[in-house]
Amino acid sequence: MDLSSISPVLLLASLMVAATPILIAALGELVVERAGVLNLGIEGMMITGAICGFAVAVETGSPLLGFIAAAIGGALLSLLFVLLTQFALANQVASGLALTLFGLGLSALLGQKYVGVKPPPIAKLHIPVLSDIPFFGPVLFSHDIVVYLGLALVVAVWYMLKYTRAGLILRGVGENHDAAHALGYKVIRVRIMAITFGGACAGVGGAYISLIRVPQWTEGMTAGAGWIALALVVFASWKAGRVMLGAYLFGGVTVLQLNLQAAGVSIPVEYLSMSPYVITIIVLVIMSADKSRAPASLGRIFHATQ
Amino acid sequence: MTETLLTISGLTKAYPGVVANDNVSFEIGEGEVHALLGENGAGKSTLVKMIYGLVKPDSGSMTFQGKPFAPPEPRIARALGVAMVFQHFSLFDALNVAENISLGMEDPPSQRDLAARIREVSETYGLPLDPFRTVGDLSAGERQRVEIIRCLLQDPRLLIMDEPTSVLTPQEVEILFQTLRKLTAEGVAILYISHKLEEIRTLCDHATILRLGKNVGTCIPRETSARDMAEQMVGSAFEAPARPDRNLGAVALDVSGLSVTSPGTFGTSLRNIHFTVQQGEILGIGGVAGNGQDELLAALSGELTTDANAIKLHGSPVGSFGPTARRDLGLLTAPEERLGHAAAPDMSLTENAMLTAASREKLMNKGMLNWAKARIFANRIIEEFDVRTPGPENAARALSGGNLQKFVIGREVLQRPEVLVVNQPTWGVDAAAAASIRQALLDLAAGGAAIICISQDLDELMEISDRFCALNEGRLSDIRPALGLSVDEIGLMMGGAHGMEVSHADA
Amino acid sequence: MLTLEKRPQPSKFWTYMTPLVAVIVTMIAGGMLFAALGKNPFTAIGTIFWEPLFGEFSFYYRPQLLVKGGPLILIAIGLSLGFRAGIWNIGAEGQYIIGAICGAAVGLAFYPAESWIIFPLMVIAGALGGLLWAMIPALLKVRFGTNEILVSLMLVYVAEQLLASMSLGLLKNPEGFGFPGSRNFQQYASGHNAELITGSGMHWGVVAAFIAVIFAYILLNRHILGFHIRLTGQAPRAARFAGVNPKLLVVFCLGASGALAGLAGLFEVSGPSGQISIDFNSGYGFTAIIVAFLGRLHPVGILLAGLLMALTYIGGEIAQSNLGLPAAAIQVFQGMLLFFLLAIDMLTNYRIKLTNRRVA
Repeated sequence: MDLSSISPVLLLASLMVAATPILIAALGELVVERAGVLNLGIEGMMITGAICGFAVAVETGSPLLGFIAAAIGGALLSLLFVLLTQFALANQVASGLALTLFGLGLSALLGQKYVGVKPPPIAKLHIPVLSDIPFFGPVLFSHDIVVYLGLALVVAVWYMLKYTRAGLILRGVGENHDAAHALGYKVIRVRIMAITFGGACAGVGGAYISLIRVPQWTEGMTAGAGWIALALVVFASWKAGRVMLGAYLFGGVTVLQLNLQAAGVSIPVEYLSMSPYVITIIVLVIMSADKSRAPASLGRIFHATQ
Repeated sequence: MTETLLTISGLTKAYPGVVANDNVSFEIGEGEVHALLGENGAGKSTLVKMIYGLVKPDSGSMTFQGKPFAPPEPRIARALGVAMVFQHFSLFDALNVAENISLGMEDPPSQRDLAARIREVSETYGLPLDPFRTVGDLSAGERQRVEIIRCLLQDPRLLIMDEPTSVLTPQEVEILFQTLRKLTAEGVAILYISHKLEEIRTLCDHATILRLGKNVGTCIPRETSARDMAEQMVGSAFEAPARPDRNLGAVALDVSGLSVTSPGTFGTSLRNIHFTVQQGEILGIGGVAGNGQDELLAALSGELTTDANAIKLHGSPVGSFGPTARRDLGLLTAPEERLGHAAAPDMSLTENAMLTAASREKLMNKGMLNWAKARIFANRIIEEFDVRTPGPENAARALSGGNLQKFVIGREVLQRPEVLVVNQPTWGVDAAAAASIRQALLDLAAGGAAIICISQDLDELMEISDRFCALNEGRLSDIRPALGLSVDEIGLMMGGAHGMEVSHADA
Repeated sequence: MLTLEKRPQPSKFWTYMTPLVAVIVTMIAGGMLFAALGKNPFTAIGTIFWEPLFGEFSFYYRPQLLVKGGPLILIAIGLSLGFRAGIWNIGAEGQYIIGAICGAAVGLAFYPAESWIIFPLMVIAGALGGLLWAMIPALLKVRFGTNEILVSLMLVYVAEQLLASMSLGLLKNPEGFGFPGSRNFQQYASGHNAELITGSGMHWGVVAAFIAVIFAYILLNRHILGFHIRLTGQAPRAARFAGVNPKLLVVFCLGASGALAGLAGLFEVSGPSGQISIDFNSGYGFTAIIVAFLGRLHPVGILLAGLLMALTYIGGEIAQSNLGLPAAAIQVFQGMLLFFLLAIDMLTNYRIKLTNRRVA
């Protein structure tokens, strides 16, 4: 065992990378849940985004196009959820599970010829002066653009929900869809937009895993990241800032256990690998003391009687 | 003579199996208070939803300020000057007052300007309200103020109020009426929906009476007796419940020092409640909605358990028992919410009979259910309580409100309760069903059962109860004989005007 | 314009028709998918649904129906109890793994002793393993209000790591020449869950599945506990009012589904699979979710749905070797089935109506 082989700079830098996919996916789900919809299909949308992004990036050679394709792929899959829950009025828990099972199969089917292929690399930003600051430079200012996109998204979602008219309507719909309907707001339309946004976010999050974090394609490679993103939303009590905190905490655990594996700690690899999941459970238990409320209409079916 | 503001001619709206509105016509003039009078299910709500753009009529037309008027959605209606204060479903508990008001406006100003305007309007009309309080923490009266201010901020020409006084104490009603008179003086027309006749006689200039979706008459309420209006509304005269002589026996239920924390985020906790009920007695508990009624019922039914000695049935402590154990001992309850609480909407009446009667009526043996017996019991309820339904295999949700309520009350009454607790036994029920339910309660008491009737309908409580008290913010008022109580006294027991002085509105 | 109108009460007709229509629609959509993959859709659908039952090698495939259907039914029956009550155990895969590990560990502890008591002990250990694993989300939910969906699912990944650790460490076959994986129960008579009737595919797990179907049927239709389960799912407040203790119900539903999933794991590891290995689990715990819904959470429905789903597994394998249809295509096919089922299910509670959009 050689703990000195773990470099704090690299550890912290890779923490931001590890946190990014679940951060983006969880922000999307946060918006969905604030609109009163529980979409358990994040895992399915992430893995679909992962393969869509990967395939398009490989075929076009452009990671950027890959991310766009991932967003579209995730959003398209989320439209299936829209059909089930907003039009066929199906149970949201069951529909979310269906989305995940379907997404896992679909991605495996789409990804057959991409196993073992290397995706085009994405450039890391080099910001003059900032990137050269010792310690903070490599930790904070030398990442790919998507990392910063994720951070910008935190601010955007927070601002949108708290200060804009659109955010107020979204919260109103999630809090009491009957009242929102009585005031003349289009509950279904607001929810469709939220669900699609959530799908696009999950897609981008998934593509970040296949294009940057790993980077290659393997079946089922999201390995529960979508479920962890769901847990993050609960952990964050439906607040954007705390989603970021949670994502970095989780990213930290993931990176630390990988580093410990590499350093050859005497704990068996399997126990290190299960640690992120165990810690997610522990965090869920600790956070249960926080009695902040979920949106009151979360998971309830809306049908305008008219 | 005032200008005509809104003309309604021949509005018709049908739903599967029921015609909600059949060729309804009337006019409202500017500055007029126009009452829309009718029983539950007479089609009042559907009619105003059409005026507000929430429901589209099948046929008929409207004109507003002389122009054709057919709002496709509420925002268009609002833009033209129609505002509505809802009875239910229109506030967002987790949002604050300003956010709630903002959601009801087309072009809301910034939160800070809006807060200033809310303060301004609330002072002008004597409706004190803090723009930054969370709506879920407000009392029922304050919640209504939020809705009224939301309407007033849009300078409405027509204000629709759906059963506005059902959540107010008598003192608060007086304040509301003063606000409304101030508005009509400014030329605003008010369409006032209610089934409370005395209120309408005090406030309204004209009344349109609906029965089963049809316009059955108009009158000038000040010149018409309440009895005449009632007969037009119900269609026929029916007997007021007979009140048989009752002998009060020993104390059946003794509640002392009952305190319960509400499980809901915006619920009301019960604080140190004391009362006793004797055999053969009906205790009426009044109060504005949301002052602990649901919690009191849950604490008595066993859904919320307490210290064992806080509730004693025939002297033995039952406070720590769950619902089944209490039922076995004879303490039965019927909650307010019929669908989803007292009955499971998608289950058959047989299954709903099983819901509370399984153990007490011996519909099961060592956990194995006897559906044949449950069916017989369900049929008995249907027959003895005149529940209109094709049969016990029908789903609860297929029944009308009145019929389901008769089923729910009948289910408990037929289990021969020693103590029966009912919450809002006739809420949303047509007059005939309400009368038969009240009669059933009176008969049950005459047979020696102790009854606690929690209700927001003061007329009902005065009609059937021996003693009266009121819940106010989770506390119980003094208990006094119902006979001879004045409206003012009742109002004060209910907490007077919550959070405001009556004199304030006179300013 | 099409609008939905709520029926006054659920339609009996559509309750039974929904799964059938969903299967047919899935066949059509699946055929289009297979055509898009360059296969003849009729051959492909025929291979999946006909070949295993009536084809040339059906004598080999038919028993497989029970072998694959058994665990699916066993798990789905358990899940359906919770799903009916609105308690979502979606970590059956984890409980299945832990049941297999515990049961196998007990069996291997006795090796090479032979006794009739060993197998029953393994069965008990398997059920207990699954039960205890499911008690984690149950107790956390009861005590802290933690979401059982997330916790039970996280525990799947934990269980998979434990499985890897066991097959590489504690339970590794000491005579296995260093290969990962435990001893094979097919070579250990006392611990072997052998075929009961040769060539039928019937083993103790299938027997257990049939018993579970009967028990669940009686529980849901004739017993107060089953009534309370249904009541809790349909109207939670009415259930509280009826006297249901929701916490006990969470413990019962998660416990029962965990124990049944654990049993399925034990019967699999001691029978068809034979040993604990890294890739021992094959997703039965997740497919069982589809089975539960396809069977409309009804015990008899689940029995039929389990067999149907087993058919798609076997048919899928045949199509894979005969037509080169990718394994993932079958996974998509199964996913679509659940999709169509949920979509068509609305006809039970709503009817579709054609309305004019603008009147007034």
